[in-house]
Amino acid sequence: MSQATLEIRRISGHPGPVPGAGVKREEQVCKLVDTTTCIGCKACEVACLEWNGYTFSETVFNNSYQTMPETAWNYWNLIKFNEHEREDGTLMLLMRKDQCMHCAEPGCLAACPADGAIVQYANGIVDFQQDRCIGCGYCMTGCPFNIPKFNPDNRKVFKCTLCSDRVSEGLEPACIKACPTGCLHFGTKDDMKELAETRAKQLRDNYGFENAGVYDPPGVGGTGVVYVLHDVTNPEAYGGLPKDPHIPWVVRLWKGPAKWIGNLAMLFGVVGVSLHYLRYGPKQVEDRKHGREGEP
Amino acid sequence: MSVSQVIASAHAAGESDDRILRYTLAERVNHWIAGLSYMYCLITGLAFWSPYMFWLAILVGGGPTARAWHPWFGLVFTASVLWMFKIWRSDMLTTDADRAWRKAMPHYIRNEDENLPPIGRFNYGQKLFFWLTVYSAILLVLSGLVLWFPEAIPWNLRWLRYLAVAVHVTAALASIGGFIIHVYMGTAMVRGGFTSIVRGEVSSAWAGLHHRLWYEQVTKKESEGK
Repeated sequence: MSQATLEIRRISGHPGPVPGAGVKREEQVCKLVDTTTCIGCKACEVACLEWNGYTFSETVFNNSYQTMPETAWNYWNLIKFNEHEREDGTLMLLMRKDQCMHCAEPGCLAACPADGAIVQYANGIVDFQQDRCIGCGYCMTGCPFNIPKFNPDNRKVFKCTLCSDRVSEGLEPACIKACPTGCLHFGTKDDMKELAETRAKQLRDNYGFENAGVYDPPGVGGTGVVYVLHDVTNPEAYGGLPKDPHIPWVVRLWKGPAKWIGNLAMLFGVVGVSLHYLRYGPKQVEDRKHGREGEP
Repeated sequence: MSVSQVIASAHAAGESDDRILRYTLAERVNHWIAGLSYMYCLITGLAFWSPYMFWLAILVGGGPTARAWHPWFGLVFTASVLWMFKIWRSDMLTTDADRAWRKAMPHYIRNEDENLPPIGRFNYGQKLFFWLTVYSAILLVLSGLVLWFPEAIPWNLRWLRYLAVAVHVTAALASIGGFIIHVYMGTAMVRGGFTSIVRGEVSSAWAGLHHRLWYEQVTKKESEGK
């Protein structure tokens, strides 16, 4: 929900400039998820439900430890469990906490047609304002991570808020608070990137994970959630984390050039028929008839 | 016989005050169901299309209401277009007369109707508009079903959502182009056209000028019937 104390950087579906944007520079906040130290305890899932006031709901058993197949409108934080067979035949259980990535260039916000239904705060948090949401689901089409979820009861879309209500009060997000292993960290983007790179180097140098690295996809301008992965060349193995996510080109075309070409075309049409009327006027049958009548 | 002769002879025969039925009551009712449902979809669709037109949604009950009703009115529009297709399809096929008329179309645009070859119940432009409407209605309803329930499209079929957006936008813009010209011609340009789709009747002179083959066919049928 709306956090009055947070500065706003971007507003969805807003004609003209964003009021008050760029007045104050703020630190970019960031979650660091170190998949290599996650034990799959789901404390973050429970903390998320608790803080955001949702009760546990029905789920689907998928022959794994995973709570449900994907995040839901009332289940924003889900650890994805994936068995991964390595080249030497040994198994790894990959566990990745899935949630909104809080992209620097959010596809949901680009696609949203409702004025102010999605905002990006100056600290980088992308937040849905359900009182402005019209329930069209365009955000679901714009998101490259399959995060916004539709609530059929009130026809609004929901997702992780990065606990903007807690962050605005100087607290860390609920999931971070609950993590018992320290695999979750919260801080500025710069600090989290540094910590993540340090950990990735450790994994490469001391633990034999040659491809260990940090997932902070540039296709969406970087994200407000960064992952440390054992194998950053294969993020798909971690429950379908896209290798090179970006806003779908259809959405960019639709919200960019197509808008202006379409508007110009419609304007041309209206101006065109108006000019035709001024130049040629109407076809009046009665006038013709009377005109002819006078002829011999 | 030239147009003026047709009109003059019609007038001499005392037929000029005759009213000829151009659209039956059912055709008129259906046209206005299509027209009003299209305009609702147009207003709400433009609101979703551009932030600069989002205020249009307020005219029809606000954003969430517009989002909820837009697809239903779209279904109404599609149903009435399909009915038009059923009853007008055979009238809308391009004939040799249309091909001759098409060549002379610049005269039509410049209101030099005397120089146009005679044509049947609908002219080539009306036929183009008809097919544009039929095809865009089909594309709009198919892509619209995907946009109506994006949450029902599984993530691995998300290309369907992208395709639906592209198709819906393209078909909508094409139909808006046709709509602008249709409304202009039906109200401002071709006098008598609007009355014909409201009350169903045109004058003999109007029919003789704009749709002479149809006029001759109808009057012949009538005189044979007598």
